[in-house]
Amino acid sequence: MPEFHPVLLARIDKPDSTSLAGYQADGGYAALKKALAMSADDVQKMVKDSGLRGRGGAGFSAGAKWSFLPKNHLGPIYLAVNADESEPGTFNNRILMEEDPHQLLEGIAITCHAIRSHTAYIYLRYEYGRSYRVLDAAIRECYASGILGKNILGTGFNLDVYLHRGAGAYICGEETGLIESLEGKRAWPRIKPPYPAIEGLFRRPTIVNNVETLCCVTHIIQRGVEWFKSIGVPPDPNNKRDVGSYGPKLYCISGHVNKPCCVELPLGVTARELIDTHGGGVWKGRKAKAVVPGGISMGFLSASELDTPLDFEGPGRAGCLGLGTAAVVVIDDHTSMVDVLYNCCRFMAHESCGQCTPCREGTDWSTRILDRIRHGKGRLEDIDLLLEVANSMGIIPGTTICGLADGAAWPVKNALTKFRGEFEEYIRAGRRSVKPADELMAAH
Amino acid sequence: MPTVYVNDQQIEFGVDERINCVQAAQRVDVEIPHYCWHPALSVVASCRMCLVEVGQKKPDGSVAMQPKLIPGCQTPVTDGMVIVSDSDKVKAAQQATLEYLLLNHPLDCPTCDQAGECYLQDYSYRYGRGYSRLAENKLLKPDKDYIGEQITLFTDRCIMCTRCVRFTREVSGTAELQVVGRGAREEIDIFPGQPCDNKLAGNVVDLCPVGALCSKDFLYKQRVWWLKTETSVCPNCSTGCSINVDQNDDRVYRLRPRGNPLAQGHFMCDEGRFGWKYLHSDSRLTTPEQRQGGKVVSRDWDVILPAVREALVAAGRDKKKGIAAVLSPWMTLEEAYLLASYLKSLSSNVSFALGPVRTVGEDDKYPKDVYGRPMEPVKFTIRAEKCPNCRGIEGVLRHFAGSVVPMGDVLGRAASGDFAAVYLVGGDPEGWITDAQAAALEKVDTVVVQDILPSPASARATFLLPGGSFAERDGTIVNHAGLAQEIHRAIRSPGEAKPDGRILWDLAGRRGLFNPASLRKEMGETIQGFGPLRIGKLGEYGVRLEM
Repeated sequence: MPEFHPVLLARIDKPDSTSLAGYQADGGYAALKKALAMSADDVQKMVKDSGLRGRGGAGFSAGAKWSFLPKNHLGPIYLAVNADESEPGTFNNRILMEEDPHQLLEGIAITCHAIRSHTAYIYLRYEYGRSYRVLDAAIRECYASGILGKNILGTGFNLDVYLHRGAGAYICGEETGLIESLEGKRAWPRIKPPYPAIEGLFRRPTIVNNVETLCCVTHIIQRGVEWFKSIGVPPDPNNKRDVGSYGPKLYCISGHVNKPCCVELPLGVTARELIDTHGGGVWKGRKAKAVVPGGISMGFLSASELDTPLDFEGPGRAGCLGLGTAAVVVIDDHTSMVDVLYNCCRFMAHESCGQCTPCREGTDWSTRILDRIRHGKGRLEDIDLLLEVANSMGIIPGTTICGLADGAAWPVKNALTKFRGEFEEYIRAGRRSVKPADELMAAH
Repeated sequence: MPTVYVNDQQIEFGVDERINCVQAAQRVDVEIPHYCWHPALSVVASCRMCLVEVGQKKPDGSVAMQPKLIPGCQTPVTDGMVIVSDSDKVKAAQQATLEYLLLNHPLDCPTCDQAGECYLQDYSYRYGRGYSRLAENKLLKPDKDYIGEQITLFTDRCIMCTRCVRFTREVSGTAELQVVGRGAREEIDIFPGQPCDNKLAGNVVDLCPVGALCSKDFLYKQRVWWLKTETSVCPNCSTGCSINVDQNDDRVYRLRPRGNPLAQGHFMCDEGRFGWKYLHSDSRLTTPEQRQGGKVVSRDWDVILPAVREALVAAGRDKKKGIAAVLSPWMTLEEAYLLASYLKSLSSNVSFALGPVRTVGEDDKYPKDVYGRPMEPVKFTIRAEKCPNCRGIEGVLRHFAGSVVPMGDVLGRAASGDFAAVYLVGGDPEGWITDAQAAALEKVDTVVVQDILPSPASARATFLLPGGSFAERDGTIVNHAGLAQEIHRAIRSPGEAKPDGRILWDLAGRRGLFNPASLRKEMGETIQGFGPLRIGKLGEYGVRLEM
């Protein structure tokens, strides 16, 4: 394989990476010109042919998603950009937005042309203040120089981009939750069907795409389908459902590593390579006990599974939910999996929107069971109880409206099956992670 | 015809019919348990109680089942669909959901108003696992008695089905209720200082499938299993909402709406829901009375009725003066028919008038927008006409008198001495005659007043006949749209008071017991437009008259 050079992150270290002038000096908005010269259908076909899969977590084919839009629709059709990046351990969208906003805006403009939309909303995570300022400035620059607004680049194509800040909820990253929130409502995911491509924002056809997906669109148009397909992993001939994992991917490495970072690599790199080559190895000379392959809702890879290729299919073969957001969180061998799992469950319980019974109650219950175990009051039957709760709350296919319950159940299932011995030993030995109050008092 | 299969039972449905799995199963009496789904509200599919297995029957007879459990409420049935609601997989999901719903539930059934008609109890018994495996403390949530003037919320009993929230958004349009918080900590609440006091607010108590939202009026008054229920019709406006009257020991405790697609739909307004308190008023007329030489004497029914009959017969023989009758829009068709036909039999000179039809404001339509203006499509109307049977009585009057004359005309003629006897029927608990109007009765020898509460007319009555309220009578009333529905006797009248139908049946000298069904048949044969009454029993929803 030829040596890989970053594409999405190529410009992030440049001093003027966020300005329009800097972007155009590097050949920016050439892809938009090229796309606007093509028909919308041709752009769609190109993206579909490239095999681009959504970078937001589910890995659904972007071109296929676009093709679900009703044909010959009178409009309006909306594009909603999912920038509500809140999966723990994930920070790839943030880097793209903070360091190279025009790359994203170009992707948005191309995508809007392809799906015949004239309005795009960027739904930005509330906590991303810098992203907001950078994107806001970039959008203003674009309007000022005719790249956004009416009659873009003299082609007669109109596009308005609105930057919307969320209010701080994980569930707003679920595409229908995002739509509800954009409409000014409580972000309770909608029942599907109808899917957003048929009835989404303001009950109009809507495409929801992740930031990184849209950035990839820019490069697919610029460099072509063949270039994109030359990167990554072709489909597994033995798996009919596998459509291949093509293209570059941003991997976020965090947790117990020497050098937490975000790197761009071809899809299919192994967790071990990410840790050792890019993350500078596990910190303090320790060993990795477990690795989260793509955000905590994907579950865990055990130490023996570190050679799993992190493409869209690899983590699934190792019992994980999927690649997710490719946010690799490393957990060293000094850390108790009970604590790790408790932390995962606490997050999910806090972020469950509370609409569906299994998720609302299951996430909270499993958190409280784990908390009890951490207080040294665990019972061996709690392990099976936790597994049963996890199974009734989220089985793929799930029992709830959105995927949050599946994502909440997966780390429980993974941890309890792959690290069952550790849980049993923890409970049997009467260990506790939380000191009793009198001990804390004595320490003072 | 398109066909679906529910647990191997075959159900046919209309080509244009759009029903979901829960409704399809209901047609063959298969219960698919559900909390959040309600036929009058939008589908949210969030309680996950109605998860079922669904498949498709193929032309070769084989069935391809989907691997996933899906909510029956969210899934419209299609031809050849196979629905399984009793497989092990479905049962496991039902058990899990119920265990979740009961995790933080206080299990305070012994002190809960809903006990006995609670879907948590019923479903736990039928589909639950029987015990909880929660070893932690339950989450405690504060009770909220400020939700509304008539409504209180026991927050920890709530299962977050959001029926109440959707009702205030979709039916009343007032949107007072909302969900606050997230996850297991979320609660139903109001916006601060904006209680749920709209005119339809009481419905959220009925909609609540558990004991979370309770009616302050009914709270701790009765255990529901002590209550006996009779179907009836709300008399407070001409919408004619179908209701259930819940009583124990001759005391009404609450009215509940009874779903009727021909009448009001699923709900009722608070005016009707709480507008029955006069039934047990201390001032109810309870003894038949006769005025003799300025003295009022209590009489037994078997004394007073012959006396009334004698006086009316005498008046009928009066060659100069006639008889007048005021029929109230609070009467049933049977009562009006009995009275009118009886008086007609006494004299050829009988004048009929329609009692006052009280109207208040304009028709109040829901849902409302944020400015309080009604929105289309209208889902509920509280009518300005505050009486139950105006159209029905008009029909009877047209039959007997040819036209409908207001009470004022008859009273005017009474003041000029045109009548030897006047028979007045009241019934409106808010009053129906003023002192000035009643003064016209001074010139009449025989004034018969049949009413439930004292009025200026009853103070001048020669004969005062204490009648029954809507909850004490059997009969038929016709709503604004010409829908004839039966009301039924739920309680006995206080004291000596008697349902008006029985009084008039006896007065008319008919044999046997008052029988509304036979009277309906009679009216159906004789009165134009009342033909559909010929069936006698009008059924659960009533029949529409050709008026």
